[in-house]
Amino acid sequence: MDELDEVTLAGLWRTMARIRRFDERVSELAAADAIPGYAHTYSGEEAVASGVIPLLREDDWLTSTYRNHGHSIARGVPLAALASELHGRADGVCGGKGGSMHAVDQSLRMIGGMGIVAGGLPVAAGAAFGSAFLGGDQVAVAFFGDGAVHEGAWHEALDFAAMFRAPVLFVCENNLYAETTAVDYHLRTHSVAEMAGPYGIPAVTVDGMDLFAVRTATQGALGPMRDGTGPFLLEAMTYRYGGQYEGDTQTYKPPSETEYWRSRDPLQSFRRTVTSAGRMTDAQLDDIDARVQAEVDAAFHKAEQAPWPDLSALTSDVYASYQEEARQPWPAS
Amino acid sequence: MARILTIKDALNEALHQAMEANDRIILFGEDIAGGAGRDEAYPPAADAWGGPFGVTKGLLPRFGRRRVIDTAIAETGFIGASIGAALAGLRPVSEIMYVDFIGTSFDQLLNEAAKLRYVYGGKVSVPIVVRTVTGAGFRAAAEHSQTLYSIYTHVPGLKVVAPAFPDDAKGLLLEAIDDPDPVIFMEHKRLYMVTGEVPEEPYRIPFGQARICRPGRDVTIVGIQKMVHTALDAAEQLATEGIEAEVIDPRTYSPLDTATILESVARTHRLVIVDESHPRCSLATDISALVAERGFHDLHAPIRMVTAPHAPVPFSPVLEDAYVPQPTVVVSAVQGLLSQSDDARARLSKS
Repeated sequence: MDELDEVTLAGLWRTMARIRRFDERVSELAAADAIPGYAHTYSGEEAVASGVIPLLREDDWLTSTYRNHGHSIARGVPLAALASELHGRADGVCGGKGGSMHAVDQSLRMIGGMGIVAGGLPVAAGAAFGSAFLGGDQVAVAFFGDGAVHEGAWHEALDFAAMFRAPVLFVCENNLYAETTAVDYHLRTHSVAEMAGPYGIPAVTVDGMDLFAVRTATQGALGPMRDGTGPFLLEAMTYRYGGQYEGDTQTYKPPSETEYWRSRDPLQSFRRTVTSAGRMTDAQLDDIDARVQAEVDAAFHKAEQAPWPDLSALTSDVYASYQEEARQPWPAS
Repeated sequence: MARILTIKDALNEALHQAMEANDRIILFGEDIAGGAGRDEAYPPAADAWGGPFGVTKGLLPRFGRRRVIDTAIAETGFIGASIGAALAGLRPVSEIMYVDFIGTSFDQLLNEAAKLRYVYGGKVSVPIVVRTVTGAGFRAAAEHSQTLYSIYTHVPGLKVVAPAFPDDAKGLLLEAIDDPDPVIFMEHKRLYMVTGEVPEEPYRIPFGQARICRPGRDVTIVGIQKMVHTALDAAEQLATEGIEAEVIDPRTYSPLDTATILESVARTHRLVIVDESHPRCSLATDISALVAERGFHDLHAPIRMVTAPHAPVPFSPVLEDAYVPQPTVVVSAVQGLLSQSDDARARLSKS
């Protein structure tokens, strides 16, 4: 933290606050059945996205998952565009076609919010490979949860990246649960980081509730990666405050566990660190938070008034060429 | 004795009865019970979900974790393991949470489960059931809303079952579990709460027998899973205009009851197929081809297919509602057919 200037510190706090307040609103709307579809909130995991993503360059690549709101916000997707997407409106970041599970912005080099577990990792490996092939020094970051490590795609992506020295930062958001299944049941290694070893990929496990720990580890990984050392795996130990999806009753979580992790809340932890070091005051933090809250209110207010997509959107964007010929296999008789 | 049950509860009862009767039946799937790894220290965690839609709820307390097995998120692993466990003498009933997730397990189904019997000269069979969830209508977007009926139906060696009513759900699942071949058992997420009479005692419904849901003389409407209900709604509306539609639910797509469809078309002379899938290489085209080839001379009008568009399932409620075929579209298709066949008759009588 010491090396960070005031503007950077305030920015990091603002990022975490924007994620928290945004997804708090999503939870409220889902509970009131006032937003369509499945929503997977990021509350509790803010320090991971906020620790990693601000360190990336604009030309770096990211893959996310169906739990993507935090990644999108940290990458700079406007809250109104995100809120509109969740409401299925025409001015949503995907024009209303993707919804919460796919609410990322391709123009920010967010390749996808993949609905399929581990679906993003091979694609991230390919983006890293492709950029290197073209002579660039971009990296790709692939976010995934602890549940993803069992998929074939996970293993094959690590193998590909290792074999071709593709500069991929694999970031595990180990939130202790694959849906309802506890990590100590589904994982027979001591950590996800340990699983990178057999592929020859260096890895560390960090406290994912501590933004500064995540940030320091990410910085340590990215520097060498840009010099061609190949992939790296960062495992951030964190906790999903919500259920697998909004509406999940979470009867599988012992209350003592939830209490423990909430006592390590990433926003509170940040606040303690910066105020006790005299770098920011509670009043400064609260002021930013209040402005963020107003921004979230405005974003959802705008989204709720936004127009629905035109029905022509139903069959647009299926193909990039021969669109007319391909979208109607034969004209309606 | 018959009771009124939902499809969800009819499936749950079938699983209970099958597992009760045969202790070699095991279940594999992701969170089919839930709370694994917590429930020893924290008992309320056990059976937290019973699958994403609660179809397997209550099986864990009854049969235990030895037989109700929460796997990792590793579909290739547990679908492949289902095949091996079946060869070893078990009867695995495995769940792919959404049919969209089949991609990650598909090699084991396509190249192993479907082919072991044929390639190795009929020396083995692979008695597995893969239960999976189909369909749009949950605002779940492109990767959690597909139907993919024809992907499986296309593959020799796989049987494909897709019930639309509670009694069929129970009888067909019990038949699937007893069947010696790999059966893909498709459950539509928007039909789980459909209710109907279901006999309490175990019973089986043979594959390859369509259900005539409503008899009629003017047009045959074949519905594919949830679209059976869409077809029935359309038939109600048509009846108010004096048009009597016959609605057929094939119930199983592999094997397919071709005789019932052809016999119906021979009586009604008109065919509409309603399918929630994309229009190309679908069950709609498959059934169209059947009737074009073997029932051509019975037709008084061209076959009509009412399908979703050739596009992924969109998220936005307004788009998704337009994506899924609605009864009004079926009604217009039938009206169009009848006017076309009237024209054709008029032309014939002039010539």
